[in-house]
Amino acid sequence: MSEFKQTFNSSLGKKLIMALTGLFLCTFLIVHVGGNLLLFKHDDGFAFNSYANFLTHFPPIEVIAYLLYFFIILHSVYALVLTIKNRRARPVGYAVTTKSPTSWSSKNMGLLGSILLLFIVIHMGDFWFTYKYKDILPFKEYRTNLATNQTTASEYKPEVPTFERSISTENNVEIVRVKDLHSRIQWSFSHLWYVVFYVIAMVAVSFHLLHGFQSAFKTLGWVHKKYDGIVSFIGTWLFAVIIPLLFALMPIIYYFQSLNK
Amino acid sequence: MSHENMNLTLKVWRQKNTQTSGKFVTYKAEGISPDMSFLEMLDVVNESLIKKQEDPIHFDHDCREGICGSCSLYINGRPHGPKRAITTCQLHMRSFNDGETVTIEPWRSTAFPVIKDLATDRSAFDRIQQAGGFISVNTGGVPDANSTPIPKVVADEAFNSATCIGCGACVAACKNASAMLFTSAKITQLGLLPQGQPERWSRVQAMVRQMDEEGFGNCTNTGACEAECPKEITLMNISRMNNDFFSAKLFREEHTHDHSGNG
Repeated sequence: MSEFKQTFNSSLGKKLIMALTGLFLCTFLIVHVGGNLLLFKHDDGFAFNSYANFLTHFPPIEVIAYLLYFFIILHSVYALVLTIKNRRARPVGYAVTTKSPTSWSSKNMGLLGSILLLFIVIHMGDFWFTYKYKDILPFKEYRTNLATNQTTASEYKPEVPTFERSISTENNVEIVRVKDLHSRIQWSFSHLWYVVFYVIAMVAVSFHLLHGFQSAFKTLGWVHKKYDGIVSFIGTWLFAVIIPLLFALMPIIYYFQSLNK
Repeated sequence: MSHENMNLTLKVWRQKNTQTSGKFVTYKAEGISPDMSFLEMLDVVNESLIKKQEDPIHFDHDCREGICGSCSLYINGRPHGPKRAITTCQLHMRSFNDGETVTIEPWRSTAFPVIKDLATDRSAFDRIQQAGGFISVNTGGVPDANSTPIPKVVADEAFNSATCIGCGACVAACKNASAMLFTSAKITQLGLLPQGQPERWSRVQAMVRQMDEEGFGNCTNTGACEAECPKEITLMNISRMNNDFFSAKLFREEHTHDHSGNG
């Protein structure tokens, strides 16, 4: 056991934790953006609300979710510990700032990470906490005609305050009653400052992962000419371009939709 | 190329000893030949200081041909100055412009305390090396030449790592003052070769532990070290070290950890 303690107290052990938690968070982003693509469906939030309901009522997802929160905290705490140690390693700074050719993102991971941590706190407070622990979200009822596959949405007032969800079928019509997180998203993204904050955070995601994804592989020692190109391609295009862009499009599109109402 | 002599303004870090804090002092370097090395330019400035009965600027130097690793100097924001893959002694004054202001600082790192002015104590590197940067060779009959087959690509890689002169530019350039490029080069040059295999797993642990104890920072794969290394040691060495370290710590037999008696 002390062997493990020694390993993770070493400089390389701490870096290992940063790399592994970072890669886990990267993987989470793929799932998160994939699920949230449902926001682009024009169905009054039927698919998205059903998806949100599934996530919050499926035990294995709950376990992974708490693991995720733990890894976010672990990644942040280790980043802080490493940064403090790095500062102590150079108490007297240089008068002339470095002119060594290095990427901007690799030198500003702490700043980018701090923006992201602030974002995660606000983001989870607005959606996750509101969904799970506040009773302010309305409910929606979706009636799908199984013959024509047409869905109509309407407000639903639960009869009991502890109501969570219900799925039933009456006369070939499927009735789904779920919490309406979609309306909360519409409301949040109708505020310009909020949309701007989200877009800034996604720029931070982009630059953080532009360095972070590839750096994690270097830290793990998984570096080989055969795979370097693939790692760099995925790190750049998937994690620093496609994923942040898709995420940023969500608040932007919802903002413009709110203007048309 | 201009052959006319140059005049420069130098902002030099002067620090009496490790205990005191230092400050910048401005000097004029006049009539400097563009063909002088940077260290020869400092020699000229020191000559004039000595003539004026002033304390000359202290800086480290030895071979003056780029192989000993003694000279250091953080010049205008870059270790060993503006040119790639050379040491300060190989830097010539033709790399500067007449009338330019040149700021000269020592390597700045907790693990490299300033001895005086621009000279730093880099014995932390020696202690890392002593912790495990060696191989055991049995005495006995002389083995036949080339009796140990080593693929050329492996030999080349090991020799590339072995070109590290231990100057400390990697630490000086790193935003975290990390010594991982140095340590990893010293681990790799032995770890790649058959002669280095018996101590491979204990070596990486012992040297990393010593590196941590010296108070160096932690690598963030920023790559300033490889950009500034006069011998162009690559980040690949750090990845190799990490791989060996995790392999040793997490997957090797525990008794391979015993190296220098302290576990």
